[in-house]
Amino acid sequence: MSESIHTAHGTGKTGTVPPAIELRGIDKRFGAVHANKSIDLRIEKGTIHGIVGENGAGKSTLMSILYGFYQADAGTIHVDGKLCNIRGSEDAIAVGIGMVHQHFMLVEPFSVLENVILGVEGGAVLRDGVDRARHELKRLEQEYSLNIDPDAIVGDLSVGLQQRVEILKALYRGAEILILDEPTGVLTPQEADHLFRILRTLKEQGKTVVLITHKLREIMAATDTVSVMRQGAMVADRKTVETSPEELSELMVGRKVLLHIEKGPAKPADVVLAVENLCVDNAQGVRRVKNASFLVHAGEIVGIAGVSGNGQSELLEALAGIRVVSEGQVFLNGQDVTPGHGVDAAQLRKRGVAHVPEDRHRMGMVTAFTAKEAAILGYDDDPAYQRNLLLDWEAIRTTTQHLMDEFDVRPADPDLKAANFSGGNQQKLVLAREIMRDPALLLVGQPTRGVDIGAIEFIHKRLVAMRDAGKAVLLVSVELDEIMSLSDRILVMCDGVIVGEVAGGMANERALGLMMAGVAPEQAHAEAGQ
Amino acid sequence: METFNLVILILDATLRTSTPLVLAALAGMFSERSGTINLALEGMMLGGAFAAASVAYYLGNPWFGLLAAIAATILLSLLHGFACITHKGNQVVSGMAINILMSGLTALVGIALFAQGGKTPALDRGSRFQPITFPGAEAMADVPVIGPIYSELLSGHNILVYIAFVAVPFSWWVMYRTRFGLRLRAVGENPGAVDTAGISVVLMRYRAVICSGILVGMSGAYLSIAQGASFLQDMTAGKGYIALAAMVFGKWRPFPTMFACLLFGFLDAVATRLQGVNLPGIGEVPVQAIQALPYILTVILLAGFIGKAVAPKSLGRPYVKER
Repeated sequence: MSESIHTAHGTGKTGTVPPAIELRGIDKRFGAVHANKSIDLRIEKGTIHGIVGENGAGKSTLMSILYGFYQADAGTIHVDGKLCNIRGSEDAIAVGIGMVHQHFMLVEPFSVLENVILGVEGGAVLRDGVDRARHELKRLEQEYSLNIDPDAIVGDLSVGLQQRVEILKALYRGAEILILDEPTGVLTPQEADHLFRILRTLKEQGKTVVLITHKLREIMAATDTVSVMRQGAMVADRKTVETSPEELSELMVGRKVLLHIEKGPAKPADVVLAVENLCVDNAQGVRRVKNASFLVHAGEIVGIAGVSGNGQSELLEALAGIRVVSEGQVFLNGQDVTPGHGVDAAQLRKRGVAHVPEDRHRMGMVTAFTAKEAAILGYDDDPAYQRNLLLDWEAIRTTTQHLMDEFDVRPADPDLKAANFSGGNQQKLVLAREIMRDPALLLVGQPTRGVDIGAIEFIHKRLVAMRDAGKAVLLVSVELDEIMSLSDRILVMCDGVIVGEVAGGMANERALGLMMAGVAPEQAHAEAGQ
Repeated sequence: METFNLVILILDATLRTSTPLVLAALAGMFSERSGTINLALEGMMLGGAFAAASVAYYLGNPWFGLLAAIAATILLSLLHGFACITHKGNQVVSGMAINILMSGLTALVGIALFAQGGKTPALDRGSRFQPITFPGAEAMADVPVIGPIYSELLSGHNILVYIAFVAVPFSWWVMYRTRFGLRLRAVGENPGAVDTAGISVVLMRYRAVICSGILVGMSGAYLSIAQGASFLQDMTAGKGYIALAAMVFGKWRPFPTMFACLLFGFLDAVATRLQGVNLPGIGEVPVQAIQALPYILTVILLAGFIGKAVAPKSLGRPYVKER
């Protein structure tokens, strides 16, 4: 059966099977933002359809409209050829649409079973429905090989398993169409591969899968057809086999971009940062960084790879002086600067440590501030910014204007509120603030999270330029591509331990993925080599 | 025997003083488990107490008083819900506003209706809830140990005391064994999960604050037409806040919350007993110090003894679809 559908989906109009989803003229505005511009989309039954686009291209908005989370201002939705009026999630569920949200919609203190039945309990008293649900869940697990303990507490599960719960939730509600919004952002490459296997099983069972992502590799690996969105508009539909990552990225951005960073060999000089047996505990007293020891030289970029939540954040924050170090020592140019023992973030800054935090909204800037206020955060006591007892706003404005020109922050208006810049421009401003201080050591966390491709390229170039200027750069990122293309050396962290080191040029994605999952380096290389 | 009787008397008083706390704390639990902070318990109790005393006085029947109390507190809950759920206002501010409003409004209406300085007229026996004597309680009274426990401690309370302690397992059952309870707990943890499951977050939260209103109404009625015989200005004297503290102490769960209420009631009962007693080595303890004891202990217990109280994750946060 699926064979006939396959042949049908290419031409789109042949065959008698109506498309699983057909959107006509979907339009949506949020105030001044035109999130979706008269979108037409056709997704054939029994296929895996990818939707790619940069952050803010309107992919999530479109899918949220399909799932009834938002209402479109104009346009119609047809499911299986029938016109549907989807006003809320319950309507979407009723026509067989299920969605796995980017931020899981799970109740963490509940068991898997409770999460699955929420909304479809099957009776006012739970007992009757629960037994039925347990059987049904068992069946679904076997059918789609989604093994999971129904009585486990969801908050205790890994993100990969939590995602499985979300998929089970949708299937339990009888979903024929499954939408996944950026499903691999929090997964290891192995977990992502497993997810794609699950999606293929779903397809074989006749389900339709819609995969929203900005990762081209996943589109190429997992989908049958792909649609590209740019700035709220649908710009192209392709069959995956007939397109290439280069074409897709060009369509996403509207121009050709460099996917690989041009950089010469590193010229490491003296040791700038020396970390010895560093241990960091979190607020609950759980050890998050365990005996980390490594060196960062002037003139090199050292990348720390790992699935998010494996201690990289804590390590970075400890080195920046915002977290107390429990054990071990940190040396900067040979001087003991172990944070928490008389050394804090302000002193580290004075000694030449610049820090671009992982979460720019929480730590990197105050979004309610104007750009010029955001541009001096942390350096506001610099004499250059003072006039008598007050801040010298003229000097601050001039400096900010200079930073904005230098780092191509758009719009280059120092008086604009930070919140009104796009993610990429906010990040460029934070980066400008830290880099222009000419630090000896630059700590960068997730430099391109929530940043569009054009800005990514720019940020990467600036980081390489820092290295070439003889600075030490420590990079923490969950994006393996970023780590691999920027780093001269890669340290892999898993469960708070640095499990291994790989030279940047020698890095193999599969080996890194295995090491991120805790496999010893030798074994990882051996397995990846096969 | 002397000591035993004293213990029975103190425990008996404990039940009576903890009843309004149990009802109000359960009320708070329903509201807060759904994500709406209910600081208005104090004011709602006052409103309930006033409505109960007034209606019981006019109609001469405590049951009508109880219904009036519940109706009044449901209305107040809906007001709180309108501010916090529909208009996504600050839940603490709304709660405090209701407390201040009810403190003044009950006195104002009281003076206007009864002209007794904010009090309601004293109720006769028929207008109040009377103690219920269990069958055979008098015959059992002389049996050692079991006798006093049965006839003094268990028997001889008014209906609201029994309702309060039956409400605990019932609330547990509703919370953990019904569809309503599952959705209520879910909406307090992650309203997004409830919304995407096709359930209205707003409706769930309104239903939760209405449950809260029903329970706190009974608590108010207990003060004025069961334990007391009239409404007195500000007669709740912080019981709403103590109930809230007990709920936090009980980590938003029915049975631990009940035990916390019993503990606070026990401290209150002991404090009453200790008044005017000469303690060895200390002498006569000032009445004020004794009366402050439950509150001091509340602070100490909350500060140090409950460990980390994990509140429902979305408590205090109005549900806004993210954008």
